[in-house]
Amino acid sequence: MSYVSSNRKPLLSRKATNDGHAEKSPYFDGWKAYDKDPFHPTQNPSGVIQMGLAEHQLCFDLVQEWLVSNPEASICTKKGVDKFRDIALFQDYHGLPAFRNAVAKFMGRVRGDKVKFDPDRIVMSGGATGAHEMITFCLADPGDAFLVPTPYYAGFDRDLCWRTEARLLPVVCHSSNNFKVTRKALEEAYAKAVEANISVKGLLLTNPSNPLGTILDRDTLREAMSFINEKNIHLICDEIYAATVFRQPDFISIAEIIEEDQEYNRNLVHIIYSLSKDMGFPGFRVGIVYSYNDAVVECGRKMSSFGLVSSQTQYLIASMLSDDQFIGKFLLESAGRLATRHTDFTDGLRQAGIKCLNGNAGLFLWMDLRGLLMDSTVEAEMALWQVIINDVKLNVSPGSSFHCSEPGWFRVCIANMNEETTKVALERIREFVLRNGNKPNRKEKCWQSDLRLRLSFRRMDEVLRSPCIMSPHSPIPQSPLVRTRT
Amino acid sequence: MRLMLSGKATCNSHGQDSSYFLGWEEYEKNPYDQTRNPQGIIQMGLAENQLSFDLLESWLSENQDIAGFKRNGKSIFRELALFQDYHGLPEFKKALVQFMEEIRGNKVSFDPNKIVLTAGATSANETLIFCLAEKGDAILIPTPYYPGFDRDLKWRTGAEIVPIHCTSSNGFKITARALERAYQEAQNRNLKVKGVLVTNPSNPLGTTMTQAELDLLMDFIIEKQIHLVSDEIYSGTVFSSPNYTSIMEVLSKYEKAEVWDRVHVVYSLSKDLGLPGFRVGAIYSNNDSIVAAATKMSSFGLVSSQTQYFLSALLSDKKFTKNYISENKKRLKKRHASLVSGLQNAGISCLESNAGLFSWVDMRHLLKSNTFKAEMELWEKIVYDVKLNISPGLSCHCSEPGWFRVCFANMTEETLEIAIQRIKAFVESVSRGHDKAIGGKKCLNINLRKKFSKWVFRLSFHDREAGER
Repeated sequence: MSYVSSNRKPLLSRKATNDGHAEKSPYFDGWKAYDKDPFHPTQNPSGVIQMGLAEHQLCFDLVQEWLVSNPEASICTKKGVDKFRDIALFQDYHGLPAFRNAVAKFMGRVRGDKVKFDPDRIVMSGGATGAHEMITFCLADPGDAFLVPTPYYAGFDRDLCWRTEARLLPVVCHSSNNFKVTRKALEEAYAKAVEANISVKGLLLTNPSNPLGTILDRDTLREAMSFINEKNIHLICDEIYAATVFRQPDFISIAEIIEEDQEYNRNLVHIIYSLSKDMGFPGFRVGIVYSYNDAVVECGRKMSSFGLVSSQTQYLIASMLSDDQFIGKFLLESAGRLATRHTDFTDGLRQAGIKCLNGNAGLFLWMDLRGLLMDSTVEAEMALWQVIINDVKLNVSPGSSFHCSEPGWFRVCIANMNEETTKVALERIREFVLRNGNKPNRKEKCWQSDLRLRLSFRRMDEVLRSPCIMSPHSPIPQSPLVRTRT
Repeated sequence: MRLMLSGKATCNSHGQDSSYFLGWEEYEKNPYDQTRNPQGIIQMGLAENQLSFDLLESWLSENQDIAGFKRNGKSIFRELALFQDYHGLPEFKKALVQFMEEIRGNKVSFDPNKIVLTAGATSANETLIFCLAEKGDAILIPTPYYPGFDRDLKWRTGAEIVPIHCTSSNGFKITARALERAYQEAQNRNLKVKGVLVTNPSNPLGTTMTQAELDLLMDFIIEKQIHLVSDEIYSGTVFSSPNYTSIMEVLSKYEKAEVWDRVHVVYSLSKDLGLPGFRVGAIYSNNDSIVAAATKMSSFGLVSSQTQYFLSALLSDKKFTKNYISENKKRLKKRHASLVSGLQNAGISCLESNAGLFSWVDMRHLLKSNTFKAEMELWEKIVYDVKLNISPGLSCHCSEPGWFRVCFANMTEETLEIAIQRIKAFVESVSRGHDKAIGGKKCLNINLRKKFSKWVFRLSFHDREAGER
């Protein structure tokens, strides 16, 4: 298919044909191996285990139980059908009042009721993906930039830059201080932008962090607030993992910090939220932009027309999140199960001599495999990654796909599988480490099979060259949903 | 503070500073209700299909498995909650394309792999334009057109719309001359024409395109080597002859020529099934690159898996869809006839139409002068005195004053009857020479008129409701 018509006019826009969708990133490449050979405990026990998908699958039993007891929450059931017509017709971009009220209340609860959210500041969007694009369209013109601490979620390159034509500038963070976001790093990144004549529009923080699985401490948040106020730029806080904090220290939302000092310019602060991680509902596309800036709320609301939440889903969510008792139980149980799963993995990895960054949130671990690298290079990291995918048969995400400045870190998702699979994954890691030298450290480099790594390098090239056709949101292949009924 | 936001946030391209706005505001302040507020304003500016919910509800009562996130008695909630694949639920896409085929009398076939799901037609149209055009490019659109296009196609994409002026002299049909003029106007404005976008059946006209128009469009896009987007969201509302001809039917005559890559259809379930709240839109294209790009872009507005699942079950039920399509048309036809004959009795004619959820009403004879100012004055009277919220032609970029879009499918028969009575009474009072404002709102209206005169020639639409058409 040609991109130009026969009289040389380009047929499609630049956006349709450039790589702004960012799917050529290795973050999405790992899917290929997985989709070709997906693990199944009985049907394919030697398949690739999916550990590149940050999903929360640990609490569906609770939700299912709630659904059975609350048939009226669905407008399709006998109990709920009297609402069908009104809900089916409801396309007001303000959203169902009950939905906004319930989401505002839930957001407060997740933050230990230390802050209150105003339902009128809640703007819907097509998932957090849609929310990020929307807030960028509201705040930035083409060419404007946002500072973002590394490592950061690979999808931001697409969400904040593709159609908006904005850009992301890294604020480099280092393992030497556990990837803390320092004022120094912020100032350096800002100064660099100024020197390059790039207009910085804001700072994007993800708290809790993806991929680190850590939360920002109060000092960091205060520094960030002071920084953006001083530079008069926006602060976008992506808090989509807020309810995945499973251990002390407690989560501190930017919503708390904003109340600490009347001098802070509230018009600069915006929160991105979603139910995809905290509740485990990525399919329902519930994204939220919460802004303290009236003009942004107004503009965002108009833009939300491009990605409203299905009214059927708004209705269900409103009902669920309004059930105080259920939500209390869910949040407690979820944190408990995430804590257990986290401990299972970190213990298991420690036994294999593998360390992870000390985290207390998220659906993943930030695993330190620097000691297994041939060299401290991205190439070596990619080579190791190839081995992990093809030989250990685990799809993990290499740090370079999160723009990490230090090679050797990998994000490993742990909440998207059952206990049985957890054991299999840990076993494979243990075996891999045993095969390749005990207790590796950076100085020793006890590789018996460095030849394998060099060969793997070539394989990596092949993978990166071939186009990725799989969706970054690939479903679980054993799901009956992807098999068309004949 | 406004300096801190983007250009898009501070400009007016969203089109919400509109002459529509007052009508909606007035309606919301004083909405008609049969029992509680019988003197209120009747909403006739909302192109919704409220005539066939009983059919949907009765299907639901017979298919309770679907309701409980169950398939064959087993819960699939988990799989649905996790399903965020932008390729969409395969069974939903299959059912959707089959539904689209059925609506077109099975004269065309659609491939489920060529359809992209989006959050409503609002998102489908924007996404398609993101794929086809950018700043400096133009899309040609026949007037009158859906006011929301100003937002959907231009706002965030940066593209421009250049109108193809159609007139009542030939029933607002597209002519070769009008196409050429529009193309030329774009060139004069230094804009690169990337395509033509038509709505078929038309909003606001309620008419289906003739074979001649369709052939004309194909010739034009082939000659200019540009795209053609056919917004067919009202395709299931064609209630009388002539039979509906989709652009896909016309395309099939062109035997896999290069033009196949440049013709695209937009669809939605908001009008045909009356489900605007569910945000179900779609782009259909034979152009693999567009399908690929649009699929990735759909990440910004996917259809809720909960909704995809429900609809896949509904639309897979062929007995249901057959009955629904035919029954829905019957009801629309009846309702349309009620409005048209009622208006006729009041001496008001409508453009002859065979589709849609509205009539394109000719009130030119009620204008004080053949100007848009007079149209706005008449509209104001209709909103405040006759107490009907209808849509003035100006907001649809009509080039002739005096036309109004009046919706008929978003109310009960009784309410429609009352609306017709009010119009009749109004016309009678006008012919008796009593054209002063009834109800003592004259002093209030002076300030409002000042606001109106600002908006008279501004592009306008109402977007309080996301996909209101």
